Amino acid sequence: MELIAFYIMAAIVTISGISVIAAKNPVHSVLWLILAFFTSAGLMVLIGAEFLAMLLVVVYVGAVAVLFLFVVMMLDVDFVELKQGFLSYLPFGVLVGVAFIAEIALATFARGASADDFNPYPGAENNVEAIGQVMYTDYLLLFQLSGLILLVAMIGAIVLTLRHRPHVKRQSVAHQTARRRKDAIRRVDVKSGEGL
Amino acid sequence: MDITINHFLAVSAVLFTTGVVGIFVNRKNIIVILMALELILLSVNINLVAFSVFSGTITGQIFAMLVLTVAAAEAAVGLAILVVYFRNRGDISVESVDLMRG
Repeated sequence: MELIAFYIMAAIVTISGISVIAAKNPVHSVLWLILAFFTSAGLMVLIGAEFLAMLLVVVYVGAVAVLFLFVVMMLDVDFVELKQGFLSYLPFGVLVGVAFIAEIALATFARGASADDFNPYPGAENNVEAIGQVMYTDYLLLFQLSGLILLVAMIGAIVLTLRHRPHVKRQSVAHQTARRRKDAIRRVDVKSGEGL
Repeated sequence: MDITINHFLAVSAVLFTTGVVGIFVNRKNIIVILMALELILLSVNINLVAFSVFSGTITGQIFAMLVLTVAAAEAAVGLAILVVYFRNRGDISVESVDLMRG
């Protein structure tokens, strides 16, 4: 039963992965990518890594894929022109792919890797507890460091995309609150029958 | 027959190779190149989680989380660079990036 579920999800992951790189329209690529993320989360649930599966859905589908979708739709690019050269690069790409998978297979069979003990949460009640026990103790520094990476990435993205346009009127709060009555109001004596 | 680690390693290897091939065949479209990079990182995550679960140590899942963090940061900064590049040049052709040398 589990094996059937595994094979179905593995097939979906493979097909959607290939569709990501072969789709004509990048919007479709992003949608295939979302399917690949979801199905990978399913694969992780299958072996009991529930926390990582949820993280995959939240971070990848919720943030990264939406960011991709946003950028793809925002940039007004002629994607048909970008797709040219796909067929001319295809033989070389397939060659590299075959070489890659052959090397991996060779390494796997040469080592004879098999570790089939199934233990998703060693020494704990469930997967989240097992992760929580070590994440804030043994790996505290790495956890903090990943927060720092996210902060740097956020500041970097803001700095890169922020721009000041010269002719846009903006609100200056300091300027507004510093304004006093004597700066704003002037009393003039207007003689009758004359303008100002 | 149960699920073994080899099943997961096979899926991960196929996904990784798909990502590498995707970088080669989509030479002109940098958005799809970034998506292929995400596929590669996803396959790395599957690998780490599979090894973690089947070897009975939780460390691999912690590292998968760190990979996830780096992937999110990489996507954010990469797409920000892409937006700035598009704003300056009006297209996102990878082949004319070397014109920025200077």
